[in-house]
Amino acid sequence: MRKIKFILQKEFIQIFRNKTMLPMIFGIPIIQLVILVHAATLEMKSIDMYVVDKDLSSLSHKLVSKFEGSPFYNISGSSFSIDEANEAIEKNQADFILHIPQGFERDLMRENSSKVQLLIDGINGTAASLVNAYSSSVIADFNRNIIVDLTQRPQIVDSNPISVETSYWYNPELNYKIYMLPGILVILVTIISMFLAAMNIVREKEIGTIEQLNVTPIKKFEFIVGKLVPFLIIALFELAFGLAIGKFFFHVPMVGSLGLLFGFAVVYLLVVLGIGLFISTISSTQQQVMFIAFFFMLVFILMSGIFTPTESMPMWAQKVNIINPFYYFMRVIRMILLKGSGFWDISREFFSLVIYAVIMLSLSVWRYRKVS
Amino acid sequence: MNDREKKENYMTKDTENIIVVKNLMKKFGSFVANDNLTFEVRKGEIFGFLGANGAGKTTAIKILSGLSFPTSGDVMVAGYDVYKERELVKKNIGYMSQKFSLYEDLTVRENIRFYGGIYGLSSKYIKEKTEDLLERLKMKDIQNSLISSLPLGWKQKIAFSVAIFHDPKIVFLDEPTGGVDPITRRDFWEMIYEASNAGITVFVTTHYMDEAEYCDRVSIMDKGRIEGMDTPGELKRQFDAQNMDEVFLKIAR
Repeated sequence: MRKIKFILQKEFIQIFRNKTMLPMIFGIPIIQLVILVHAATLEMKSIDMYVVDKDLSSLSHKLVSKFEGSPFYNISGSSFSIDEANEAIEKNQADFILHIPQGFERDLMRENSSKVQLLIDGINGTAASLVNAYSSSVIADFNRNIIVDLTQRPQIVDSNPISVETSYWYNPELNYKIYMLPGILVILVTIISMFLAAMNIVREKEIGTIEQLNVTPIKKFEFIVGKLVPFLIIALFELAFGLAIGKFFFHVPMVGSLGLLFGFAVVYLLVVLGIGLFISTISSTQQQVMFIAFFFMLVFILMSGIFTPTESMPMWAQKVNIINPFYYFMRVIRMILLKGSGFWDISREFFSLVIYAVIMLSLSVWRYRKVS
Repeated sequence: MNDREKKENYMTKDTENIIVVKNLMKKFGSFVANDNLTFEVRKGEIFGFLGANGAGKTTAIKILSGLSFPTSGDVMVAGYDVYKERELVKKNIGYMSQKFSLYEDLTVRENIRFYGGIYGLSSKYIKEKTEDLLERLKMKDIQNSLISSLPLGWKQKIAFSVAIFHDPKIVFLDEPTGGVDPITRRDFWEMIYEASNAGITVFVTTHYMDEAEYCDRVSIMDKGRIEGMDTPGELKRQFDAQNMDEVFLKIAR
């Protein structure tokens, strides 16, 4: 055990002597959290609409101004020609076209029904369906008021006898940022710990000092522990630092126990560091490490459920997620912080990761060869 | 140290064998790096392991120091079997590789402390011995300089001191003087003699033939085999040569 102390001492001296290390440890989280949390949002603001109003009636004006009055829309252009409108979409100047045909008001007055057309740019399917949903609700709202106006009856006689009152739990304002911040924090902590650990051992291989260590009677587990603990500490520090940023800048609620969160984080980091160490034992240059680690990171991050619920992924993808460490922590950090879940709520994830950690660490101790 | 002194020194040394190698083979695929090596190294001697680049010296030294498995053959180092008792072998040997092995981003003192520590020495002992060592190397002033800021010759001296810091029975030196100037090479050999006088067996590979003259006994390798092994004087007589250079050329051609 005393030998581990000497390894730790050496690693910390090297980490803090490295001039790029401190800016990395402090700078990257600040920049990433502040930028990414704002940038990675699925909310639609300022949807560009193009108006083709062929009716030019008072009702069509009302409809257009209904859109104009909403904070989500801005009118990027208008014309009488649908071709010009299409061109605007092709040039990416508009997200959708509101097409009001001639006779809109007349039909509505005479036949009690009329049609408008929405032409939506469907390249980004998610955005398109959001535009569709938002716009449909604006039109539906307009519709309701029209009925009231035209029939001159009190609003109590609603065409929908059952109305749905929605209230959102845990994130009542549907603030996207408090959902994203924990997710991005998970990615950040993972990248820092996995890359630093993997690069560290391979660097010793590259400069040849690993050979000098291998001729000493040091035990494999002493070596692995000595290499693991510094990065575990740094990653936990990163997590605390990121949570502080979340608390003070984004007012992320922290409903659950932070002790539980950090306890879970330790197990999670053992998995991640185990993967990092394993990658370093099968690589001989820092380049190889970068490629391998990058590949897994990308796949794991996109499948982790940071943007989309994993439950809506195909079955095979959900099976793959069993080995995706991000998946577990992404769920659990949100559960603990936002919902205040306790240990028994996250026990399945916890014990899965414990098993995973044991496997990864044994693999890397086994793969680490003192003899070739 | 002149020749006569060296001879006396050698004669008084124990004749117990500290390294015993029998029919050592090491193959990489179909390439035979070490072909049926058989030799002994006596306790306390300076044993020179000579050969051209690629003759198989480093391969052999890696097997002896437990970094690499032999393909076949018996190898005993410091009384332990390199197959079964590798960790005990490692406890009793020091090793200085061809590749530079100190941490460039640590200071002289930090390097010594780290390596001392992972050999299991106590902090107090490390501290005392470090003072002593820095005194002898006349490196007190630079003890807190980073290794990266030092000239190669100094680094080699420190690397050697680190390799024998835990008082091993044997020290393996793999081309320790590669790339340093003649004066530093001389200083370095002084350090080797000091270690030898302190009772450490020295196993050194080199391709500088003048250094071969400093050894008690040398073996000369060519294409994976040992082609000659004796004292430098005896080898010169045997091959009817003026110096080790000639001996080497006669063997290698």
